[in-house]
Amino acid sequence: MSAADTTEKPRDAAHGTIEVSIWRGRDEGRYETFRVPMRESQTVLDIVTHVQRHLDPTLAYRFACRVGVCGSCAMTVNGRPRWTCRTHVSKVVENGRIEIGPLANLPVIKDLAADMSPFFEKWQEAKGAFTPSKTREADIEPISPETRERKIIDAAIECINCGVCFAACDTVRWNEDYMGPAALNRAWTLVNDVRDAGNAARVHAVAQGGGCHACHTHQSCEQHCPVGLNPTASIAGLKRRTMQAFIRGELE
Amino acid sequence: MAKPRNTTYRREPLWRAAMVHRISGLLLACFLPLHFLALALALDGEQRLDGFLRWTDQPLFKVAETVLVGLLAVHLLGGIRVLAIENLPWRPGQKQMAMGAIAVATLVAAAFLVRIV
Ligand code: SF4
Ligand code: SF4
Ligand code: FES
Repeated sequence: MSAADTTEKPRDAAHGTIEVSIWRGRDEGRYETFRVPMRESQTVLDIVTHVQRHLDPTLAYRFACRVGVCGSCAMTVNGRPRWTCRTHVSKVVENGRIEIGPLANLPVIKDLAADMSPFFEKWQEAKGAFTPSKTREADIEPISPETRERKIIDAAIECINCGVCFAACDTVRWNEDYMGPAALNRAWTLVNDVRDAGNAARVHAVAQGGGCHACHTHQSCEQHCPVGLNPTASIAGLKRRTMQAFIRGELE
Repeated sequence: MAKPRNTTYRREPLWRAAMVHRISGLLLACFLPLHFLALALALDGEQRLDGFLRWTDQPLFKVAETVLVGLLAVHLLGGIRVLAIENLPWRPGQKQMAMGAIAVATLVAAAFLVRIV
């Protein structure tokens, strides 16, 4: 054994390379191939960052927190939408190759950066903003974590707005009016918020053509949400709530 | 020009279960008018209907009937699963239930085939 072998390698030492195809262009473009050194515990976002810093500084992509909180780094990895900062390369590499594209069902700004505007516009359409029922002078309303409503909210509230579900939903792909899983999941949390004063308008909004009843229960959103949320269940809740409102004659 | 590849989510078993449900529904919808047309032959007298029914005794029809029974079973069971999702509290194990529905439907169709041959 030579002396060199006994010295400990730095933890992030490269071991081999990986072939990375990265989307270049806008809605139309092509994949460009790069060779990137493979490292331990490397994430897909690390690969993109390596390409941008060392191989091609014109590559456009988006990230912020790098720890799965901000929801800005979602891309298509080997054809599947994922949060790239928390996707380990070792988990998704196929035959030493990896293909990275922009998030689907959204316009492409450039390369790996998708335009999230339609995603957030749907959020507005589903009345995803809290409507206060009190003024700032009122006391803070205590909400027990044990109430049924609060438990329903807890199950759905941790959405990081990454758009992964939006990119994995065929109803979004096929029906441009469809609000999509995240916006409806958000509406469901507010429908259960006892402090919210906007639910008549919200229930009306999500009962419209592009609302909850357009969902085909494919469950792709539930299967892909990186945070483990279940928009399918939230949308089912909205389907029941809007149906009740219809029977009571509140939807006119 | 090329577009990015981004639909591998369609490999998910639950996505496929949804497609099985949709396609079986479409095929059943296509069958229904033929079914009524056949029944309507009775309006022209029992001979015409009997003649038609004898004509359908061919092996090809047996296979088609088996497929039909399978489609009915898979659409019924898949429909119950979706109705349960939309109307009852969430239950885990959806993949297993969807695969179970397909397996049971296949068994039902096989049992039907064994009975009619
Ligand atoms: S369950 Fe509804 S929202 Fe979720 S992927 Fe399917 S169609 Fe889209
Ligand atoms: S529901 Fe999940 S997949 Fe969809 S935007 Fe929120 S965190 Fe992302
Ligand atoms: S960079 Fe913030 S979630 Fe990935």
